[in-house]
Amino acid sequence: MSGDGGMGGDGGMGGNGAMSGGVLEELMRGSLDHCVKCTICETQCPVSNVTPLFPGPKYAGPQAERYRVSGEPSVDSSVDYCSGCGICSMSCPQGVKIAEINSQARNRLKQQKGFPLRDRIITRPTWLGRAGTPVAPLANLTIDFKPFRIFGEKVLGVHRNAAAPEFAGRRFSTWAKKHPSPPTGKKIVYFHNCGTEYYEPWEGEKVMQILEHNGFEVVVPKQDCCGLPLQSSGLFDDARKVVLRLARALVPYVRDDPDTLIVGNATSCTLMLKREAREILSLEDDPDLKLVSERTYDICELLLELHDRGELKTDFNPVNEHIFYHAPCQQQGHWIGKPALELFALIPGLEVTEGNARCCGIAGTYGLKAEKYDIAMAVGADLFGQVKTSGASEVACDSETCRWQITHATGHKSVHPIDYLHRAYGL
Amino acid sequence: MRGELHYDAVVIGAGTAGLVAGARLAEGGARVCVLAKGVGSTHLAPATIDVLGYAPERVTSPSAAVEELVAARPDHPYARLGFDAIAEAVRWFSERVAAGPLPEYRYVGDVERNILLPTAVGVLRPSALVPETMAAGDAASRERVCIVGTRSLRDFHPALCAANLRRAGVDARSVDIEIDVDRADQNSLGLARRFDDPAWRAAFAGRLALKLQAHESVGLPAMLGLRDPHGAWSDVQHRLGRAVFEIPTLPPSVPGMRLYEILRSTLRRAGGRFVLGAEVVSCDRDGSRVVSVATRSAGHDAHYAAPWFVLASGGFGSGAIELDSRWATHDRILGLPLRGAPEPGAPRFVSDYLAEQPMARVGVAVDGELRAEGAENVMVAGAALPGAVPWREGSGEGIALASGSHAAQLVLARSGAPAGAAA
Repeated sequence: MSGDGGMGGDGGMGGNGAMSGGVLEELMRGSLDHCVKCTICETQCPVSNVTPLFPGPKYAGPQAERYRVSGEPSVDSSVDYCSGCGICSMSCPQGVKIAEINSQARNRLKQQKGFPLRDRIITRPTWLGRAGTPVAPLANLTIDFKPFRIFGEKVLGVHRNAAAPEFAGRRFSTWAKKHPSPPTGKKIVYFHNCGTEYYEPWEGEKVMQILEHNGFEVVVPKQDCCGLPLQSSGLFDDARKVVLRLARALVPYVRDDPDTLIVGNATSCTLMLKREAREILSLEDDPDLKLVSERTYDICELLLELHDRGELKTDFNPVNEHIFYHAPCQQQGHWIGKPALELFALIPGLEVTEGNARCCGIAGTYGLKAEKYDIAMAVGADLFGQVKTSGASEVACDSETCRWQITHATGHKSVHPIDYLHRAYGL
Repeated sequence: MRGELHYDAVVIGAGTAGLVAGARLAEGGARVCVLAKGVGSTHLAPATIDVLGYAPERVTSPSAAVEELVAARPDHPYARLGFDAIAEAVRWFSERVAAGPLPEYRYVGDVERNILLPTAVGVLRPSALVPETMAAGDAASRERVCIVGTRSLRDFHPALCAANLRRAGVDARSVDIEIDVDRADQNSLGLARRFDDPAWRAAFAGRLALKLQAHESVGLPAMLGLRDPHGAWSDVQHRLGRAVFEIPTLPPSVPGMRLYEILRSTLRRAGGRFVLGAEVVSCDRDGSRVVSVATRSAGHDAHYAAPWFVLASGGFGSGAIELDSRWATHDRILGLPLRGAPEPGAPRFVSDYLAEQPMARVGVAVDGELRAEGAENVMVAGAALPGAVPWREGSGEGIALASGSHAAQLVLARSGAPAGAAA
């Protein structure tokens, strides 16, 4: 159980200690020597369990990695079918960085084979958001327009049926500017992601109201994408630029104030800031990113900790609903369990069915891609079945792309867990 | 402190011992959090409940043999637990399986008599409790058996299994069957998912029926479904008109995955928290007490504080105990003192790989209540305990169940958690 995350030290890496990027990448790779071929990752992988196109995390990761030689052609293309959900790394009892090894192998593979134009477009939520927001009604009509989607599939490789969110037509940051938090002296920095900014601005409004209700002065810095879509498609150089730009935007707010935290409601984007950018993009050297990483909290993680300290208001009204909760892979990747469930337990009347399916399949942009859409739907079939038979009225899930996928596949409304806190507070 | 959560008890490890301790603490009304670096050993083991199989000769009745072991080996975990605790834990386990998430799936057997089941290489192995899907493999039934394999499952060789069974006095033969699979290299898990599909298993049974002879039972690699193994097993038996039994395979262990799901679900239903990916990297101590442990979560460490801890981290196999290049042994989780290592100068290993290795009995030093020496609020459970060699004794699950249960009960008694909630 113990050890060093399979990274060869003797606890010296504890506390997420600093380490140079190149060395870190080598240690990620070196962790494969801790693989004892126990196959536990194979039992957990949602993708290899539904398609032979991905041979599984053990084969594609620690085993194939031994044959990947710097400067030589990539030994296989199957690693591109890894969705990057990270369940393998979380489940590995020996601390092998399986998903991280696979991400880096995918990057090298794509560098050799070239990146499709699609991957350069759908991984840029900021571009899409800025283009779509001012013309939202038209853009949304276009997204729903079948001939356009067929054209998009043929030309770009975005599957015609893939879940596509609708532009809200307004931006969260515009609302935030008009609704500054009253000063309380207890500052917190809000990292709203692109989903909140362009598609679900109301989620951001709820986050701010909950935090303000609990006495926080919420600061909303000017900010951009975290680079996760680029990273998960293997576009590492672009992803590094984007995530470092975000880190530079956030770091001034926390640098001189050891008590100030950064909180986000998009669990995959907070995970990118906390861990994935450092590990997968080998950015351990960057002091700004390191500081931002250490201070970043997922919203439910933060609220549970406040509750533990007796600092969360519990003036909750009953919410008499039966909901289904799915903890997305990227939320699980924070390695903090499922804090949303503990928060739900504080709300009178709220009945929660906890799903035990692993993944909804979407994995960010994976399930949008024409060649992967069917795999993503097969991955999610277990979850969709559980949702449908649960008798729950709504689905709670911490990640927006997962919510869109769940709603797309089941027809059930899906919301962020904080929606129920917001409702229970009567805000 | 930032990043800290408080519980009544924190369990480290999600193998059988840790999940049992966590579930029973939660059932007893404690606010409990189970921390695990990864998925535990359940996925690697046959999922039979082995209480005592060899002492050192093959054991027929665990209850009688445990009494003798307790008298002869005061350092053995069983000597501190006592037979009644083992029997109670096994009863609790059977009840939780029956009430668990897999419909109608049961374990059969008891601590009075060992059942001899074939391994994948056809050796008869003693277990006290076994999944119902394996029970018909009991060598005592004296039935003629047909061991069935498929080429795509490359780790299971029916002819080898049958040949060794014949050597052990079982009337056994083997057949190979072709099945439709989409990859050349299939493991038991991939096949188990197929068996969850009624149409697929009907086709399988139809093809197999043509190869069977009258009056023989059927032994299959353990792959009869994950979601509804009772349903899959019953269906195949019904279609073949005869007894069918599963034979444990190399990992991944499908029955082990079922066992994990049963225990995990028991923990969650009782309200226990479960944090996977939470590798314990350090701990805070106050004199003879552990105050909190830190796990490496994303970005920053997470701290879990509790008045009680259960260390169910496993031994050498999990990496929780290490032997360093200077021949020193360490508990890598909490840094607690160990016991059971050979005296300096005595042999640490012997050249016969399968003999008992002198190093094998190393574990975290405990007192008579299985509390860690030097840490009065840490209970030790499972393979982290010293004095046993579970794989040779066939005692792993008995130790895990009984010590996990004992840890929970002692913590509940000492911490004054609401009484009467425990089953």
